[in-house]
Amino acid sequence: MAAESGDGGSAGYIEHHLTNYQWPSGDGGFWTLHLDSLFYSVLLGVLFAGSFYFAARRATAGVPGRWQSFVEMLVDFVNTQVKDAYHGPSKLLAPLALTIFCWVFLMNFMDLVPVDLLPEIGLLLGIEYMKVVPSTDLNITFGLSLTVFVLIIVFSIRAKGLGGFGREIFFKPFGKWLLPFNVTLKVVEELAKPMSLALRLFGNLYAGELIFILIALFTLGNTLTSLVTSAAAFSFVVQFALGLAWALFHILVITLQAFIFMMLTIVYLSMASEEH
Amino acid sequence: MSINATLLAQCLVFLALVWFTMKFIWPQVLEAIDQRNKEIADGLEAAARGRSELDAAQGRIEQLVSEARSQASEIIEQANGRASRIVDEAREEGERERLRLVESAHSEIERETMQARDELREQVAELAIAGAEKILQREIDAGVHGAMLQRFANRI
Repeated sequence: MAAESGDGGSAGYIEHHLTNYQWPSGDGGFWTLHLDSLFYSVLLGVLFAGSFYFAARRATAGVPGRWQSFVEMLVDFVNTQVKDAYHGPSKLLAPLALTIFCWVFLMNFMDLVPVDLLPEIGLLLGIEYMKVVPSTDLNITFGLSLTVFVLIIVFSIRAKGLGGFGREIFFKPFGKWLLPFNVTLKVVEELAKPMSLALRLFGNLYAGELIFILIALFTLGNTLTSLVTSAAAFSFVVQFALGLAWALFHILVITLQAFIFMMLTIVYLSMASEEH
Repeated sequence: MSINATLLAQCLVFLALVWFTMKFIWPQVLEAIDQRNKEIADGLEAAARGRSELDAAQGRIEQLVSEARSQASEIIEQANGRASRIVDEAREEGERERLRLVESAHSEIERETMQARDELREQVAELAIAGAEKILQREIDAGVHGAMLQRFANRI
Protein backbone atom coordinates (compact mmCIF):
# COMPACT_ATOMS: atom_id res chain seq x y z
CA MET A 1 0.00 0.00 0.00
CA ALA A 2 2.78 2.39 0.74
CA ALA A 3 6.38 2.46 -0.22
CA GLU A 4 8.59 1.40 2.57
CA SER A 5 12.31 1.84 2.91
CA GLY A 6 12.02 3.78 -0.30
CA ASP A 7 14.46 2.42 -2.83
CA GLY A 8 14.24 -0.50 -5.21
CA GLY A 9 10.71 -0.15 -6.59
CA SER A 10 8.59 -3.30 -6.80
CA ALA A 11 11.53 -5.69 -6.69
CA GLY A 12 12.92 -3.95 -3.62
CA TYR A 13 9.49 -3.97 -1.99
CA ILE A 14 9.04 -7.69 -2.57
CA GLU A 15 12.54 -8.57 -1.47
CA HIS A 16 12.14 -6.48 1.64
CA HIS A 17 9.00 -8.39 2.51
CA LEU A 18 10.71 -11.73 2.06
CA THR A 19 13.66 -10.97 4.29
CA ASN A 20 13.74 -12.07 7.89
CA TYR A 21 14.98 -9.98 10.76
CA GLN A 22 18.21 -11.81 11.56
CA TRP A 23 20.35 -11.94 14.64
CA PRO A 24 23.29 -11.74 14.54
CA SER A 25 22.43 -9.90 11.39
CA GLY A 26 23.55 -10.77 7.97
CA ASP A 27 26.62 -13.00 8.27
CA GLY A 28 24.65 -16.00 7.00
CA GLY A 29 26.19 -18.60 9.31
CA PHE A 30 24.20 -21.40 10.86
CA TRP A 31 23.95 -19.72 14.25
CA THR A 32 21.72 -17.02 12.94
CA LEU A 33 18.27 -16.62 14.43
CA HIS A 34 15.23 -15.30 12.60
CA LEU A 35 13.93 -13.23 15.46
CA ASP A 36 10.73 -12.19 13.70
CA SER A 37 9.67 -15.77 12.91
CA LEU A 38 10.56 -16.91 16.41
CA PHE A 39 8.85 -13.94 18.02
CA TYR A 40 5.57 -14.52 16.20
CA SER A 41 5.66 -18.29 16.54
CA VAL A 42 6.32 -18.05 20.28
CA LEU A 43 3.73 -15.33 20.65
CA LEU A 44 1.11 -17.42 18.87
CA GLY A 45 2.15 -20.53 20.78
CA VAL A 46 1.73 -18.68 24.06
CA LEU A 47 -1.60 -17.33 22.85
CA PHE A 48 -2.77 -20.86 22.08
CA ALA A 49 -1.43 -22.40 25.29
CA GLY A 50 -2.65 -19.53 27.46
CA SER A 51 -6.16 -19.33 26.08
CA PHE A 52 -6.61 -23.10 26.11
CA TYR A 53 -5.14 -23.32 29.60
CA PHE A 54 -7.66 -20.69 30.67
CA ALA A 55 -10.45 -22.96 29.42
CA ALA A 56 -8.90 -26.15 30.80
CA ARG A 57 -8.35 -24.74 34.28
CA ARG A 58 -11.95 -23.69 34.63
CA ALA A 59 -13.36 -26.67 32.75
CA THR A 60 -16.48 -27.97 34.43
CA ALA A 61 -18.65 -30.94 33.64
CA GLY A 62 -21.63 -28.63 34.06
CA VAL A 63 -22.88 -26.15 31.50
CA PRO A 64 -19.79 -24.96 29.61
CA GLY A 65 -19.17 -21.35 28.64
CA ARG A 66 -18.66 -20.33 25.05
CA TRP A 67 -14.90 -20.50 25.10
CA GLN A 68 -14.94 -23.83 26.90
CA SER A 69 -17.41 -25.15 24.34
CA PHE A 70 -15.14 -24.04 21.52
CA VAL A 71 -12.09 -25.63 23.13
CA GLU A 72 -14.04 -28.82 23.78
CA MET A 73 -15.20 -28.86 20.20
CA LEU A 74 -11.60 -28.72 18.99
CA VAL A 75 -10.45 -31.29 21.52
CA ASP A 76 -13.26 -33.60 20.56
CA PHE A 77 -12.57 -33.11 16.87
CA VAL A 78 -8.86 -33.90 17.28
CA ASN A 79 -9.67 -36.79 19.59
CA THR A 80 -11.96 -38.31 16.97
CA GLN A 81 -9.29 -38.04 14.30
CA VAL A 82 -6.68 -39.61 16.56
CA LYS A 83 -8.97 -42.43 17.64
CA ASP A 84 -9.87 -43.22 14.04
CA ALA A 85 -6.27 -43.56 12.93
CA TYR A 86 -4.33 -44.66 15.97
CA HIS A 87 -5.02 -47.60 18.24
CA GLY A 88 -2.02 -47.48 20.54
CA PRO A 89 -1.95 -46.37 24.15
CA SER A 90 -0.17 -43.06 23.61
CA LYS A 91 -0.96 -40.14 25.87
CA LEU A 92 1.24 -37.96 23.69
CA LEU A 93 -0.28 -38.19 20.25
CA ALA A 94 -3.61 -36.47 20.80
CA PRO A 95 -2.19 -33.41 22.62
CA LEU A 96 0.52 -33.28 19.96
CA ALA A 97 -2.10 -33.24 17.23
CA LEU A 98 -4.11 -30.54 18.99
CA THR A 99 -1.01 -28.39 19.43
CA ILE A 100 -0.04 -28.79 15.78
CA PHE A 101 -3.51 -27.97 14.51
CA CYS A 102 -4.03 -24.86 16.60
CA TRP A 103 -0.50 -23.56 16.41
CA VAL A 104 -0.07 -24.07 12.68
CA PHE A 105 -3.49 -22.54 12.10
CA LEU A 106 -2.57 -19.46 14.13
CA MET A 107 0.78 -19.12 12.34
CA ASN A 108 -0.96 -19.45 8.98
CA PHE A 109 -3.56 -16.96 10.10
CA MET A 110 -0.90 -14.25 10.27
CA ASP A 111 -1.09 -14.40 6.48
CA LEU A 112 -4.49 -12.72 6.65
CA VAL A 113 -3.13 -9.74 8.54
CA PRO A 114 -2.57 -6.96 6.01
CA VAL A 115 0.92 -7.45 4.58
CA ASP A 116 2.23 -4.03 5.44
CA LEU A 117 0.57 -3.42 8.77
CA LEU A 118 2.97 -5.08 11.17
CA PRO A 119 6.17 -4.38 9.17
CA GLU A 120 5.27 -0.68 9.05
CA ILE A 121 4.73 -0.64 12.80
CA GLY A 122 8.08 -2.45 13.08
CA LEU A 123 9.74 0.26 10.99
CA LEU A 124 8.38 2.90 13.32
CA LEU A 125 9.96 0.97 16.20
CA GLY A 126 13.25 0.77 14.30
CA ILE A 127 12.97 -2.86 13.20
CA GLU A 128 14.14 -2.87 9.62
CA TYR A 129 12.91 -6.25 8.44
CA MET A 130 9.91 -8.22 9.57
CA LYS A 131 8.23 -11.34 8.21
CA VAL A 132 5.03 -11.82 10.16
CA VAL A 133 3.98 -15.27 8.93
CA PRO A 134 6.13 -17.86 10.73
CA SER A 135 4.99 -20.69 8.47
CA THR A 136 6.54 -18.96 5.45
CA ASP A 137 9.91 -19.60 7.10
CA LEU A 138 11.46 -22.95 6.23
CA ASN A 139 13.11 -23.08 9.64
CA ILE A 140 9.77 -22.99 11.34
CA THR A 141 8.11 -25.64 9.19
CA PHE A 142 11.16 -27.89 9.37
CA GLY A 143 11.35 -27.30 13.10
CA LEU A 144 7.89 -28.81 13.34
CA SER A 145 8.39 -31.63 10.88
CA LEU A 146 11.78 -32.73 12.19
CA THR A 147 10.37 -32.91 15.69
CA VAL A 148 7.63 -35.11 14.27
CA PHE A 149 10.34 -37.13 12.51
CA VAL A 150 12.15 -37.73 15.80
CA LEU A 151 8.85 -38.75 17.35
CA ILE A 152 8.25 -41.21 14.49
CA ILE A 153 11.54 -42.91 15.31
CA VAL A 154 10.79 -42.86 19.04
CA PHE A 155 7.34 -44.36 18.43
CA SER A 156 8.81 -47.03 16.16
CA ILE A 157 11.39 -48.10 18.68
CA ARG A 158 8.89 -48.04 21.51
CA ALA A 159 6.39 -50.16 19.59
CA LYS A 160 8.78 -52.71 18.04
CA GLY A 161 11.87 -52.49 20.21
CA LEU A 162 15.30 -51.57 18.94
CA GLY A 163 15.69 -54.97 17.26
CA GLY A 164 12.34 -54.78 15.54
CA PHE A 165 13.08 -51.31 14.27
CA GLY A 166 16.50 -52.48 13.03
CA ARG A 167 14.94 -55.48 11.28
CA GLU A 168 12.49 -53.14 9.62
CA ILE A 169 15.34 -50.98 8.33
CA PHE A 170 17.65 -53.75 7.18
CA PHE A 171 15.54 -56.75 6.14
CA LYS A 172 12.30 -55.35 4.82
CA PRO A 173 10.76 -55.46 2.33
CA PHE A 174 13.24 -57.58 0.27
CA GLY A 175 14.90 -59.86 2.79
CA LYS A 176 18.49 -59.93 3.96
CA TRP A 177 20.13 -60.49 0.57
CA LEU A 178 19.09 -57.07 -0.69
CA LEU A 179 20.10 -55.22 2.46
CA PRO A 180 21.45 -52.05 0.77
CA PHE A 181 18.23 -51.63 -1.16
CA ASN A 182 16.22 -52.09 1.98
CA VAL A 183 18.19 -49.43 3.82
CA THR A 184 18.04 -46.98 0.93
CA LEU A 185 14.32 -47.49 0.54
CA LYS A 186 13.66 -47.06 4.24
CA VAL A 187 15.78 -43.93 4.50
CA VAL A 188 14.08 -42.36 1.52
CA GLU A 189 10.67 -43.38 2.83
CA GLU A 190 11.31 -41.95 6.25
CA LEU A 191 13.02 -38.77 5.09
CA ALA A 192 10.22 -38.10 2.66
CA LYS A 193 7.82 -37.67 5.57
CA PRO A 194 9.37 -34.62 7.28
CA MET A 195 10.40 -33.16 3.93
CA SER A 196 6.90 -33.35 2.51
CA LEU A 197 5.33 -32.09 5.74
CA ALA A 198 7.59 -29.06 5.94
CA LEU A 199 7.72 -28.21 2.25
CA ARG A 200 3.97 -28.55 1.74
CA LEU A 201 3.17 -26.13 4.52
CA PHE A 202 5.98 -23.78 3.57
CA GLY A 203 5.12 -23.83 -0.12
CA ASN A 204 1.43 -23.13 0.35
CA LEU A 205 1.94 -20.31 2.78
CA TYR A 206 4.91 -18.79 1.00
CA ALA A 207 2.98 -18.70 -2.25
CA GLY A 208 -0.05 -17.24 -0.51
CA GLU A 209 2.04 -14.57 1.15
CA LEU A 210 3.74 -13.77 -2.14
CA ILE A 211 0.40 -13.27 -3.83
CA PHE A 212 -0.71 -10.91 -1.08
CA ILE A 213 2.52 -8.97 -1.64
CA LEU A 214 1.94 -8.90 -5.40
CA ILE A 215 -1.61 -7.66 -4.88
CA ALA A 216 -0.23 -4.96 -2.61
CA LEU A 217 2.02 -3.81 -5.48
CA PHE A 218 -1.01 -2.25 -7.18
CA THR A 219 -0.88 0.80 -5.03
CA LEU A 220 2.85 0.80 -4.37
CA GLY A 221 4.11 4.37 -4.28
CA ASN A 222 0.63 5.86 -4.04
CA THR A 223 -0.05 8.38 -1.35
CA LEU A 224 -3.44 9.24 0.08
CA THR A 225 -3.50 12.52 -1.80
CA SER A 226 -2.79 10.83 -5.14
CA LEU A 227 -5.97 8.78 -4.73
CA VAL A 228 -7.91 11.62 -6.35
CA THR A 229 -6.50 10.72 -9.75
CA SER A 230 -8.66 8.17 -11.49
CA ALA A 231 -5.79 5.77 -12.27
CA ALA A 232 -4.74 5.58 -8.63
CA ALA A 233 -8.32 5.17 -7.48
CA PHE A 234 -8.79 2.39 -9.99
CA SER A 235 -5.69 0.53 -8.82
CA PHE A 236 -6.90 0.98 -5.25
CA VAL A 237 -10.23 -0.63 -6.12
CA VAL A 238 -8.48 -3.46 -7.97
CA GLN A 239 -6.20 -4.12 -5.02
CA PHE A 240 -9.16 -4.16 -2.64
CA ALA A 241 -11.14 -6.59 -4.81
CA LEU A 242 -8.23 -8.95 -5.43
CA GLY A 243 -7.06 -8.79 -1.83
CA LEU A 244 -10.54 -9.61 -0.57
CA ALA A 245 -10.97 -12.51 -2.98
CA TRP A 246 -7.58 -13.99 -2.18
CA ALA A 247 -8.08 -13.54 1.58
CA LEU A 248 -11.43 -15.33 1.47
CA PHE A 249 -9.92 -18.18 -0.49
CA HIS A 250 -6.93 -18.21 1.81
CA ILE A 251 -9.13 -18.85 4.85
CA LEU A 252 -9.69 -22.29 3.36
CA VAL A 253 -6.03 -22.79 2.58
CA ILE A 254 -4.71 -21.99 6.04
CA THR A 255 -7.27 -24.21 7.74
CA LEU A 256 -6.69 -27.03 5.31
CA GLN A 257 -2.92 -26.84 5.66
CA ALA A 258 -3.15 -26.93 9.45
CA PHE A 259 -5.50 -29.90 9.21
CA ILE A 260 -3.27 -31.74 6.73
CA PHE A 261 -0.20 -31.23 8.90
CA MET A 262 -2.06 -32.61 11.92
CA MET A 263 -3.63 -35.49 10.04
CA LEU A 264 -0.38 -36.62 8.44
CA THR A 265 1.40 -36.44 11.78
CA ILE A 266 -1.24 -38.72 13.26
CA VAL A 267 -1.01 -41.10 10.31
CA TYR A 268 2.80 -41.22 10.34
CA LEU A 269 2.91 -41.83 14.07
CA SER A 270 0.28 -44.55 13.95
CA MET A 271 2.12 -46.19 11.06
CA ALA A 272 5.29 -46.03 13.13
CA SER A 273 3.68 -47.92 15.99
CA GLU A 274 2.33 -50.74 13.85
CA GLU A 275 4.13 -53.69 12.33
CA HIS A 276 4.45 -53.56 8.58
CA MET B 1 16.07 -17.96 3.05
CA SER B 2 18.42 -20.33 4.71
CA ILE B 3 18.29 -23.08 7.26
CA ASN B 4 19.81 -21.92 10.53
CA ALA B 5 19.51 -22.13 14.29
CA THR B 6 15.96 -20.82 14.12
CA LEU B 7 15.04 -24.41 13.35
CA LEU B 8 16.47 -25.71 16.63
CA ALA B 9 14.79 -22.95 18.59
CA GLN B 10 11.51 -23.79 16.90
CA CYS B 11 11.92 -27.47 17.82
CA LEU B 12 12.40 -26.54 21.45
CA VAL B 13 9.38 -24.22 21.45
CA PHE B 14 7.34 -26.95 19.79
CA LEU B 15 8.32 -29.57 22.36
CA ALA B 16 7.57 -27.17 25.20
CA LEU B 17 4.14 -26.40 23.77
CA VAL B 18 3.33 -30.07 23.28
CA TRP B 19 4.44 -30.83 26.83
CA PHE B 20 2.30 -28.00 28.17
CA THR B 21 -0.73 -29.16 26.20
CA MET B 22 -0.23 -32.74 27.32
CA LYS B 23 0.13 -31.72 30.94
CA PHE B 24 -2.25 -28.86 31.53
CA ILE B 25 -4.81 -28.70 28.73
CA TRP B 26 -5.68 -32.05 27.20
CA PRO B 27 -6.46 -34.17 30.29
CA GLN B 28 -8.53 -31.47 31.98
CA VAL B 29 -10.66 -30.71 28.95
CA LEU B 30 -11.10 -34.36 28.07
CA GLU B 31 -12.08 -35.19 31.63
CA ALA B 32 -14.69 -32.46 31.61
CA ILE B 33 -16.06 -33.79 28.33
CA ASP B 34 -16.13 -37.39 29.53
CA GLN B 35 -17.75 -36.45 32.80
CA ARG B 36 -20.40 -34.41 31.09
CA ASN B 37 -21.05 -37.26 28.67
CA LYS B 38 -21.50 -39.58 31.61
CA GLU B 39 -23.85 -37.15 33.32
CA ILE B 40 -25.89 -36.80 30.16
CA ALA B 41 -26.06 -40.58 29.79
CA ASP B 42 -27.16 -40.89 33.42
CA GLY B 43 -29.73 -38.19 32.89
CA LEU B 44 -31.13 -39.92 29.84
CA GLU B 45 -31.29 -43.18 31.69
CA ALA B 46 -33.07 -41.53 34.60
CA ALA B 47 -35.51 -39.93 32.20
CA ALA B 48 -36.27 -43.30 30.60
CA ARG B 49 -36.76 -44.83 34.03
CA GLY B 50 -39.05 -41.98 35.04
CA ARG B 51 -41.06 -42.45 31.89
CA SER B 52 -41.57 -46.15 32.48
CA GLU B 53 -42.52 -45.44 36.09
CA LEU B 54 -44.98 -42.86 34.84
CA ASP B 55 -46.49 -45.44 32.51
CA ALA B 56 -46.86 -47.91 35.37
CA ALA B 57 -48.47 -45.23 37.55
CA GLN B 58 -50.81 -44.32 34.71
CA GLY B 59 -51.89 -47.96 34.46
CA ARG B 60 -52.45 -48.15 38.19
CA ILE B 61 -54.47 -44.95 38.08
CA GLU B 62 -56.66 -46.30 35.33
CA GLN B 63 -57.25 -49.46 37.30
CA LEU B 64 -58.10 -47.51 40.42
CA VAL B 65 -60.42 -45.22 38.53
CA SER B 66 -62.30 -48.08 36.92
CA GLU B 67 -62.58 -49.81 40.29
CA ALA B 68 -63.89 -46.64 41.84
CA ARG B 69 -66.33 -46.20 38.99
CA SER B 70 -67.74 -49.70 39.38
CA GLN B 71 -67.97 -49.24 43.14
CA ALA B 72 -69.78 -45.96 42.65
CA SER B 73 -72.28 -47.48 40.23
CA GLU B 74 -72.80 -50.33 42.67
CA ILE B 75 -73.46 -47.88 45.46
CA ILE B 76 -75.83 -45.90 43.27
CA GLU B 77 -77.68 -49.09 42.38
CA GLN B 78 -77.96 -50.04 46.02
CA ALA B 79 -79.17 -46.56 46.87
CA ASN B 80 -81.74 -46.68 44.10
CA GLY B 81 -83.00 -50.02 45.32
CA ARG B 82 -83.17 -48.80 48.85
CA ALA B 83 -84.96 -45.64 47.81
CA SER B 84 -87.61 -47.52 45.85
CA ARG B 85 -88.04 -49.88 48.74
CA ILE B 86 -88.52 -46.96 51.09
CA VAL B 87 -91.03 -45.43 48.72
CA ASP B 88 -92.89 -48.76 48.47
CA GLU B 89 -92.91 -49.15 52.20
CA ALA B 90 -94.18 -45.63 52.63
CA ARG B 91 -96.85 -46.27 50.06
CA GLU B 92 -97.99 -49.45 51.80
CA GLU B 93 -97.95 -47.69 55.13
CA GLY B 94 -100.04 -44.92 53.70
CA GLU B 95 -102.46 -47.39 52.20
CA ARG B 96 -102.74 -49.19 55.53
CA GLU B 97 -103.28 -45.90 57.32
CA ARG B 98 -105.92 -44.94 54.82
CA LEU B 99 -107.71 -48.24 55.24
CA ARG B 100 -107.49 -47.91 58.98
CA LEU B 101 -108.89 -44.39 58.86
CA VAL B 102 -111.66 -45.41 56.53
CA GLU B 103 -112.47 -48.35 58.77
CA SER B 104 -112.56 -46.27 61.87
CA ALA B 105 -114.66 -43.66 60.09
CA HIS B 106 -117.06 -46.40 58.99
CA SER B 107 -117.33 -47.80 62.44
CA GLU B 108 -117.80 -44.33 63.85
CA ILE B 109 -120.54 -43.69 61.35
CA GLU B 110 -122.11 -47.04 62.16
CA ARG B 111 -121.91 -46.38 65.83
CA GLU B 112 -123.41 -42.92 65.52
CA THR B 113 -126.12 -44.27 63.26
CA MET B 114 -126.97 -46.94 65.83
CA GLN B 115 -126.93 -44.35 68.54
CA ALA B 116 -129.16 -42.04 66.55
CA ARG B 117 -131.49 -44.91 65.76
CA ASP B 118 -131.67 -45.91 69.38
CA GLU B 119 -132.38 -42.33 70.38
CA LEU B 120 -134.97 -42.10 67.65
CA ARG B 121 -136.54 -45.31 68.76
CA GLU B 122 -136.71 -44.14 72.31
CA GLN B 123 -138.19 -40.81 71.21
CA VAL B 124 -140.72 -42.63 69.00
CA ALA B 125 -141.60 -44.88 71.83
CA GLU B 126 -142.03 -41.91 74.11
CA LEU B 127 -143.99 -40.16 71.40
CA ALA B 128 -146.10 -43.24 70.95
CA ILE B 129 -146.63 -43.48 74.61
CA ALA B 130 -147.52 -39.84 74.79
CA GLY B 131 -149.86 -40.31 71.87
CA ALA B 132 -151.25 -43.35 73.51
CA GLU B 133 -151.70 -41.54 76.72
CA LYS B 134 -153.68 -38.85 74.91
CA ILE B 135 -155.78 -41.49 73.23
CA LEU B 136 -156.18 -43.39 76.46
CA GLN B 137 -157.32 -40.36 78.20
CA ARG B 138 -160.11 -40.20 75.68
CA GLU B 139 -161.09 -43.80 75.24
CA ILE B 140 -159.00 -46.57 76.49
CA ASP B 141 -159.83 -50.00 75.86
CA ALA B 142 -156.88 -52.11 76.66
CA GLY B 143 -158.47 -55.09 75.17
CA VAL B 144 -159.08 -53.39 71.89
CA HIS B 145 -156.01 -51.20 71.61
CA GLY B 146 -153.35 -53.27 73.30
CA ALA B 147 -152.67 -55.47 70.24
CA MET B 148 -152.43 -52.40 67.97
CA LEU B 149 -149.94 -50.65 70.23
CA GLN B 150 -147.90 -53.71 70.39
CA ARG B 151 -147.70 -53.91 66.61
CA PHE B 152 -146.84 -50.24 66.42
CA ALA B 153 -144.00 -50.49 68.85
CA ASN B 154 -142.60 -53.51 67.03
CA ARG B 155 -142.49 -51.74 63.71
CA ILE B 156 -140.04 -49.17 64.98
